[in-house]
Amino acid sequence: MAEPLLKIAGADVFYGASQILFGVDFSVEKGQTMALLGRNGAGKSTTFKMIAGLAPPSRGEVRLAGETVSGKPPYRIARAGIGYVPEDRQVFPEHTVDDNLIVGAKKGPRGDAHWTTERIYEVFPILAGMKTRLAGRLSGGEQQMLTIARTLMGNPDVILLDEPSEGLAPIIVQAIADLIRRLRDMGVTIILAEQNMHFCLGIATHATVVDKGQIVYRATIEELRHNEEIKSRYLAV
Amino acid sequence: MNLEALASCLSTSACAVTQVSTALIIGMLLFMVASGLSLIFGVLGVINFAHGAFYMVGAYFAYAAYQATESFAVAFLAGALGVGLIGILFERFIMSRVYGKDVLMQLLVCYAAILIFDDLVKIIAGPEYKMMGMPEAFALPPLEFGGGFVPAYYVFMILASLAIGIGLWLAIEKTRLGKIVRALAINPPMVSALGINTTMLYAGVFGVGSLLAGIAGALAAPTRTLTPGMGLSILIESFIVTVIGGMGSIVGALIAALLIGFTRAFGAIGFPLFVDGLMFAMMALVLILKPSGLLGREPAR
Ligand SMILES: Nc1ncnc2c1ncn2[C@@H]1O[C@H](COP(=O)(O)OP(=O)(O)O)[C@@H](O)[C@H]1O
Ligand SMILES: [Mg+2]
Repeated sequence: MAEPLLKIAGADVFYGASQILFGVDFSVEKGQTMALLGRNGAGKSTTFKMIAGLAPPSRGEVRLAGETVSGKPPYRIARAGIGYVPEDRQVFPEHTVDDNLIVGAKKGPRGDAHWTTERIYEVFPILAGMKTRLAGRLSGGEQQMLTIARTLMGNPDVILLDEPSEGLAPIIVQAIADLIRRLRDMGVTIILAEQNMHFCLGIATHATVVDKGQIVYRATIEELRHNEEIKSRYLAV
Repeated sequence: MNLEALASCLSTSACAVTQVSTALIIGMLLFMVASGLSLIFGVLGVINFAHGAFYMVGAYFAYAAYQATESFAVAFLAGALGVGLIGILFERFIMSRVYGKDVLMQLLVCYAAILIFDDLVKIIAGPEYKMMGMPEAFALPPLEFGGGFVPAYYVFMILASLAIGIGLWLAIEKTRLGKIVRALAINPPMVSALGINTTMLYAGVFGVGSLLAGIAGALAAPTRTLTPGMGLSILIESFIVTVIGGMGSIVGALIAALLIGFTRAFGAIGFPLFVDGLMFAMMALVLILKPSGLLGREPAR
């Protein structure tokens, strides 16, 4: 069997002396939308930082399309095809919307460039109306869209979305969900970190549950939906 | 105080034109040096205390290249590119080791570099004063402006630094690389997660900042006596400029540098004993009224 697109194998991560991740193991196939679920503090963001190279694993590895990327600096990992959208919407606040996109622009790992600013503005019509506005002046939902769009500009093979619905009004959450579904239907491989399983139900195909820095469950999202034990033990539902 | 002399100079166009040209020269040189200092601080968050020494090295490189080739173009390029290269090496091998450390460590490392550069200049060029003299290419009659005369080289110097300043501003504001550099100043981990080699970019920015000091040294060489240690006073004035103009702001550096230039040129006539005092007083006033400088950003968050 061919290697999955992204494979995390036995990864430990420490912040200083305290161990945060313990032998994290899971993989994502091309075209899948994987929900990475867990309570607040479970280790979702750390898992993403580990994959993106911002918190490198001290043991274990991250493989992308069969090649080890862990241990490389973050920019090499990004160029290898991993797009990271951090949890607190880190737009460049004093850059315009357009300039945020320009900073994110790069060719994909195979020299492909199907995401252009024109294409982004088609998929994100809200942003098209505010190209010259400073990103710091956008609403939370608009900033979330912009960080996703900025990462897409780098033509990644996989994107890591860290709690894109966090702190947003329900109607905006709906718009973000629609957007992620659209990206999924375009064939973009996505890992979606969430505390909120309901947000993932109509979006994700698969689910991985993390608790206290360990992977405790892997299944399709439908299986998780019917597994009351896992839900009540590890998720706040 | 001799305010009468100042008034009489301002009322005769010959004197006024001469002093304005002096003010512009002081101001534009200071602008070159200070904008490099400010660029490095704005993006890397370190203060390059060796910046004045880089200015000195630029002047000596230009002097040596001019002695060897008698070409001002070669002298200019030697000062600019030579110091740009030194800046990149200094960042890679020395400065990058003290990022995020105590500012005292940065001060110490830079002070060591200043002593080494000063001594190297003494050993290689000798401790005595050097004069490069006016380059052949500028042996032209002075230009007349409303009854006052300004040497052709001064006009060139002012226009050249203005052009470089505008080029720098356009590069930072309008090009993709400039946009990346501004993003790097604000959120380095995010920039690297977008696929940009931040280590190389840091070295490049330090190199460009140093290049500006080298350019200033090369431009100043024909008009100043060169001595080991000539970088100290321009370093201190550059600090005043960046405090007044705002760290990280190119336009702020230009305004503040011209302010200092005019204070120096006209103060020398009207209140020669209080020129330095007035410069520091202006700095203190800005620190009290707007601590981030005239055009500086308020510190984020
Ligand atoms: N920079 C840090 N230094 C030390 N501990 C951290 C740091 N960031 C997060 N942690 C700890 O790591 C654990 C996992 O955090 P995180 O990955 O952010 O969880 P999640 O994203 O699932 O809410 C938490 O216990 C948190 O307190
Ligand atoms: Mg988190």
